[in-house]
Amino acid sequence: MVADPVPLQLASELFPNGISRYAVGGLLVGLGTVLIYIGTGIPAGASTFLESTLSYVSSQSRFQQYVASRDWRLVFTAGIILGAFVFAATVQSGVVSSSLYQAGSTGQLYEVAGVTLWTTDVQPWRLFFGGILVGIGTRIGKGCTSGHGVCGVGSASKTSLAGVATFLTVAIGTAQVVAALGVSP
Amino acid sequence: MTERHPLFKPLVFVGGLVFGFGLGFSHMARPEVVLNFLQFDDLGLPFVMFGAAIVSGIAFALMPRIRDAAPLTGNPYERRLKPFDRNVLVGGAVFGVGWGLSGICPGAAYASLGTGNVTILWALAGMFLGAYVQGYWRSQSTDTEAAFAGAD
Repeated sequence: MVADPVPLQLASELFPNGISRYAVGGLLVGLGTVLIYIGTGIPAGASTFLESTLSYVSSQSRFQQYVASRDWRLVFTAGIILGAFVFAATVQSGVVSSSLYQAGSTGQLYEVAGVTLWTTDVQPWRLFFGGILVGIGTRIGKGCTSGHGVCGVGSASKTSLAGVATFLTVAIGTAQVVAALGVSP
Repeated sequence: MTERHPLFKPLVFVGGLVFGFGLGFSHMARPEVVLNFLQFDDLGLPFVMFGAAIVSGIAFALMPRIRDAAPLTGNPYERRLKPFDRNVLVGGAVFGVGWGLSGICPGAAYASLGTGNVTILWALAGMFLGAYVQGYWRSQSTDTEAAFAGAD
């Protein structure tokens, strides 16, 4: 037996980085959601923060409806940023070594004060214009990958399943077209 | 929600920490990895999203049977159910184009900033701008509708 059996070969083509880092990361994302839910009863999504934070600077009624939750949503987002920084300062910096982490070939690693940080190579115009559409779409569509994708799907909500099916399909089509046009990264 | 428990915000913060660490660990904070999924070069992403959904789903199913209300807020334990209308599809499609173009979604963008990705500020600026534009427009049309309703 020289060659890998076909299923193994296929798996390494479809999952060049394995599935463990994704599954473990997903488990943690779910755990963060569950901690907040058990304590507060709130299934927290990430995109409402955009509108609730705008209520500090705009008196538009769309934003003012989130005044009651805007303080804890700021805290939630600060936690997400800091949690990712803890990941960078431990696993990404090699202080905590995990067989599930590989530096990979995406983006650029750089060091500041002994912490290994990372920055993307994806072009700013893609991030900016994509970001505008993400800001519009998640708010009109009642949720994002965490609100619909994690909390809504976890709730077996038909609305969220329809939302996820829509944005997943359209995103795949868009990314394929953009790649076919030769835009990279 | 008049009086909040003193542990409310600390718990939300800890939940956010775990959530953000998970997004970093899963590489979802790297737009390249999300784009690799959308281009079928690495199919790992569903394990993150659906893995998290399964873990959350267990809590959403169990908690209502264990307790009546959440200890820090008194909120009843409910699932996340939103009414379906055309906006879910229209908004989902607009979000899909943005996600497919940039490889970044809101939670992952916050986490990306935490891993040192200063370039992601372009995406965050875009998201706030997009959220503002739709909010401004929808606030105006709501106010106009209300004025019309009042005139009846």
